[in-house]
Amino acid sequence: MSAALWTIVIAVGVLAVLAILFGALLGFAAVRFKVEGNPVVDQINNLLPQTQCGQCGYPGCKPYAEAIAGGDKINKCPPGGESTIQALADLLGVEPEPLDAEHGAEKDVPTVAFIREEECIGCTKCIQACPVDAILGAAKQMHTVIADECTGCDLCVEPCPVDCIDMIPLSKDTTTWYWQAPTSGVELIATDRRPLTGDAA
Amino acid sequence: MGLLTLSSPHTHGPNSTSKVMANVVLATLPGLAVMTWFFGWGSLINVLFASLVALASEAAVLLIRKRPVSFFLKDNSALVTGVLLGLALPPFAPFWVTLVATAFAVVFSKQMYGGIGNNPFNPAMVGYALVLVSFPVQMTTAWALSTQMSGSSILGFGDTLQVIFAGHSTLADAYSGATPLDAYKHLIGKNTADTVLAEATFNGWLNGGWEWVNMAFLAGGLYLLARRIITWQIPLAMLLSLSLCSLIFGWDEDMYTPLSLHLLSGATMLGAFFIATDPVSASTTPTGKLIYGAGTGILLYVIRTWGSYPDAVAFSVLLMNFAAPFIDAYTQPRSYGHQKARRGLPEKN
Amino acid sequence: MTNMIRLHTFHGGIHPAENKHQSTIRPLGRAPLPAQLILPLDQHIGAPARPLVAAGDHVLKGQMIADADGFVSAPLHAPTSGTVTAIETRPVPHASGLEEPCIVIEPDGRDEWLEHQGLAAQLGVDDLRDIEPRQLTAHIRNCGITGMGGAGFPTAVKLSTGQQQIDTLILNGAECEPYITADDMLMRERAGDVVRGAQILLHIVGARRCLIGVEDNKPEAIAALNQALVNLNEQHHIDVVTIPTKYPSGGEKQLIRILTGEEVPSGGIPASLGIVCQNVGTAAAVCRAVDHGEPLISRITTLTGDALQQPQNLEVLIGTPVSHLLQLAGYQPQKKERVIMGGPMMGFALPQLELPVIKTSNCLLAPTDQELPPNDIAMACIRCGMCAEACPAELLPQQLYWFSKSQEFDKAEQHNIFDCIECGACSYVCPSHIPLVQYYRFAKGAIREERAAQAKAERARLRFEERQARKEREEAEKEARRKARAEAAEKAQQEKKAAAAADAATPAAGSPPDSEALEKLQKKLDAAQTAKTRTQEKLAAARADDSLTDKVPALEAALVKTQDKIKELAQEIAAAKKAAKAAPSAEAAAGASDKGDPNSPERLKRKWETALARLETAQKRLEQAKADGSDTVTALQDGIAKQQLRVDEARSAYDAAINGTAPASTTVSAEEIEALQKKILAQQDRVRKMQERYDMARAEGLDTVDALAGGVKKQQDKLQQLQQELAAAQNPLATTDNEAS
Ligand code: SF4
Ligand code: SF4
Ligand code: SF4
Ligand code: SF4
Repeated sequence: MSAALWTIVIAVGVLAVLAILFGALLGFAAVRFKVEGNPVVDQINNLLPQTQCGQCGYPGCKPYAEAIAGGDKINKCPPGGESTIQALADLLGVEPEPLDAEHGAEKDVPTVAFIREEECIGCTKCIQACPVDAILGAAKQMHTVIADECTGCDLCVEPCPVDCIDMIPLSKDTTTWYWQAPTSGVELIATDRRPLTGDAA
Repeated sequence: MGLLTLSSPHTHGPNSTSKVMANVVLATLPGLAVMTWFFGWGSLINVLFASLVALASEAAVLLIRKRPVSFFLKDNSALVTGVLLGLALPPFAPFWVTLVATAFAVVFSKQMYGGIGNNPFNPAMVGYALVLVSFPVQMTTAWALSTQMSGSSILGFGDTLQVIFAGHSTLADAYSGATPLDAYKHLIGKNTADTVLAEATFNGWLNGGWEWVNMAFLAGGLYLLARRIITWQIPLAMLLSLSLCSLIFGWDEDMYTPLSLHLLSGATMLGAFFIATDPVSASTTPTGKLIYGAGTGILLYVIRTWGSYPDAVAFSVLLMNFAAPFIDAYTQPRSYGHQKARRGLPEKN
Repeated sequence: MTNMIRLHTFHGGIHPAENKHQSTIRPLGRAPLPAQLILPLDQHIGAPARPLVAAGDHVLKGQMIADADGFVSAPLHAPTSGTVTAIETRPVPHASGLEEPCIVIEPDGRDEWLEHQGLAAQLGVDDLRDIEPRQLTAHIRNCGITGMGGAGFPTAVKLSTGQQQIDTLILNGAECEPYITADDMLMRERAGDVVRGAQILLHIVGARRCLIGVEDNKPEAIAALNQALVNLNEQHHIDVVTIPTKYPSGGEKQLIRILTGEEVPSGGIPASLGIVCQNVGTAAAVCRAVDHGEPLISRITTLTGDALQQPQNLEVLIGTPVSHLLQLAGYQPQKKERVIMGGPMMGFALPQLELPVIKTSNCLLAPTDQELPPNDIAMACIRCGMCAEACPAELLPQQLYWFSKSQEFDKAEQHNIFDCIECGACSYVCPSHIPLVQYYRFAKGAIREERAAQAKAERARLRFEERQARKEREEAEKEARRKARAEAAEKAQQEKKAAAAADAATPAAGSPPDSEALEKLQKKLDAAQTAKTRTQEKLAAARADDSLTDKVPALEAALVKTQDKIKELAQEIAAAKKAAKAAPSAEAAAGASDKGDPNSPERLKRKWETALARLETAQKRLEQAKADGSDTVTALQDGIAKQQLRVDEARSAYDAAINGTAPASTTVSAEEIEALQKKILAQQDRVRKMQERYDMARAEGLDTVDALAGGVKKQQDKLQQLQQELAAAQNPLATTDNEAS
């Protein structure tokens, strides 16, 4: 009886000591390897397309990143589209959801703003609207878009009083074109090919 | 104008998957011939039967998966699975053992993973392991005695067919017995090497014809090496590590199976040149292949010596299959222009 | 001369059928002038050249028609004399088949050279060694020389090695690709040029020695080069090194490895090893440029393949259409037509034949189907590892393949996909016939695109954050100023109070409201008036629209309230004015109420008149502009058209007000009115915002004041216009409504 009791006591004792030990270890690790700041917001922000279009309902990507970190849905960013949702889902370990149509649809091709310069009256409205300062110009001077900096967010189109801003699709040239993955062969017949996004993770 | 535009290269070497596979089958033929010579028609019948089963089950699955049947059958990979299984199974194994092993190999261990190229485990060995654990009796007693050991001629072709397909196993009783590896392992320890060899099963012959079988497979393996269908790393590492283990732990013939029996008996050479080298499931980097081969050799020795199975090619290969992706990730070669190899998994940002 | 060089070897490599003999049977020829030359501005790595000519210009052979645009760029020269017929986008020889800007020249047949002479003669020196390397490099750059073997890297850039000490110059004459014999032919027939080019290049980079690497399947070329070295008749450090034939020994990195045993660091350049590598064709072009002053306007191109009856090498003007050349060689179109620019291993299939030969086009290969059968259907990878055995970059092609296919690009990068030279050796040996290289190209392209997108996103983020910070700063500054003002005002107030206290004795109990207060009141009144009109409009709309009838009472109440307020305000104003002994109160109220009604005929008339006046000024300005030939004419015309519209509108509104009938819009629906009302609300909002901004700008003396003033004006105009429209639309409705009720 007492021997059995002892066995139990020893077992419990050992477990308790182990628990305390590991607890201390974990506690130490938590202090020692604590990551400063709130990097998850930055991580999320890095995945967002930085178009700064506000379609998500927040005044820019960073605020939306903060909102996501605070528990908002990850499917509100149309410029990022499915790939961004997938990346966010991977990062946060949640299920990807289809893009919320309420916030708009993903564009097929990236676009840049183009100001028909002869029509521009130099009102500076588009400059005030552009979230990334991609429009160059001064009052009463003709304005122009720095195509390399334009994120294609459409925000400058609406404020223009003379409607001289077009969103033109960004087409590929010989320096940006590249081969697509082959589709011929077994792939064509394959019925069980994995979708390119989706369960790849 | 619609000219044909494909990505370069626009020319291609003469090699093809079906040729590779056909060459593998070709390279097994000397081994098969020697087996037939020493152990009778059993292996030949098994090989033919297993090949048929393999092709049939492959075709069936392809039909169900709505894939082009002839296109995939042409690649000869099912044939290779069948032939290897036929060679590995005991010559007098009843037909249903072969059937189960082969069908399982092709259907579950290959097609279920997406067909050729996608199976993480060697299909033939998965099938073999399945029947080995499911039907241990048949798998240990259905071995034929070599003509050298039994001292008699082989069982006739018709009788062999009856043994395999009609279940008249008694017909083969005089011709069958445990393999030398099995017998030696069970007899040694209680007896000295000399007395063991004096036993009836050995009839004074240590390897009893198995050495010729293994030599024949070695020859076939060298042919594959010469044709650059396999590389030297896996077989060499495997045989070396097996030998090394045997020399370190089993130097005492009176206690452990001797080296010659390890190397030249059982499925050692078949395993080293034909099974462990199965490219799909093995390691692929040069260093990885060395590790993979060495691991297989060590496992082979460990299971043969301390495990409950007399031969263990299937299990050691399967176990190493598990490790192959991991080995690959950490044995990437150094590329041109790099000081060091980049190894491991990419870091997440 | 024959001091032995210890050769090294590189990993992997393959031995495809060479097929070089077909095109070396015939001697080197010269292609006749085509009807048209198409010169893409971007034939090299780096920025496209900038055109110097315009359509219609006549150019001479060798004349620079486009200049380098930036450091990594190369100029372009007219390959023959003729007329520039167009500068436009044309399909260019590129795997994509896309169009890029090209200069199109129609030859005049005279082939008239621009005056030119060698650099030594130009500079008046006798010997090459007296010319500064810098000058030579500049000259080479001006002659538009780019790498003739591979990607077309501007040669001058490659020669500008800066501080790096160069030990070895390597001339690449390996030409390891099957079928191509352009360099072979060049070395056979112009070995002197190659050797001379080597000497010039040696002088430029200051290297100790030059190694010309030639594969041992070109004995004639090796003999010719050695003969040329003997003919030099002087001390030199140039060696012709025979290397074993193995594809891809002509890859720059592989050749360097073979000749020196060293490896170009990943992502680095050979110069970091003290090595400069140039193609033999480039060396010959350098010789032509320096000794004769001839820019790069032609090259040797191999025409080969079983679909050609006379495979051969031709000296071809840059810009010559492929179809022209194929015809010369007796092209027999095949069923599955395929023409490859470059060799079978690394060339690309042309999407069509109306494409020009460019500086890098070393071969046109027109194979028959039996000769180079298109790739079989790919089977699954069996991980046989043959690709890894063949890879000269010592990669694991099959891993790269899996990662590219499953788009695990980070892993592909980890496996050094960017060290892949796209040589195609892996695809060549793959028993499963997988188009491996295409997968790598896809993965590389996708990774690059992703990187570019990421860089752009990063820039956008920074710009956005900067802007945000700037806005905050401005806000803070404004806040500070406002505070300062408020304080000042308070102080003034206190002083005033103190003064008032001091004046307490004087009997000015209700000090008369100053004009400011009056104005404020007036404004309030205006606002109330507007509110009233709006409510009235709404009411009318609600009455007209059955679905809104339940809102009518509320609106009526609101209207009553507003009217009360107006009355109140008017009274106040009157009182104020009385107190201020201004105009009689009744008049003021009447005036105010009159002013408040935007639909009063007088106001409309006034508006019409102003619009007319504005139109006139605009027209005057236009005339002036026309007279001056100023380029604002069109803009002004647009403006006038707009003004005209406004005048018309104002006029019709006036007419409508006078006659009590709306002009054309008698049938305006309630929805439209509603839409208009909404617009008006939005516009009012905008006006208010604009006004605020303007006030702010004025208060702070910002330089945007003028622009903003214009903006306010414009917005107000727009508002008025909208209101008029609304009024016009509403009048008839209102009347009918009244009649009905
Ligand atoms: S919707 Fe626009 S602002 Fe919002 S996260 Fe996406 S890109 Fe950024
Ligand atoms: S220019 Fe227009 S579309 Fe482009 S970023 Fe600025 S606001 Fe967006
Ligand atoms: S050669 Fe082809 S089948 Fe073999 S491993 Fe490479 S990619 Fe796979
Ligand atoms: S194409 Fe790339 S991966 Fe393939 S052999 Fe050449 S260098 Fe290696």
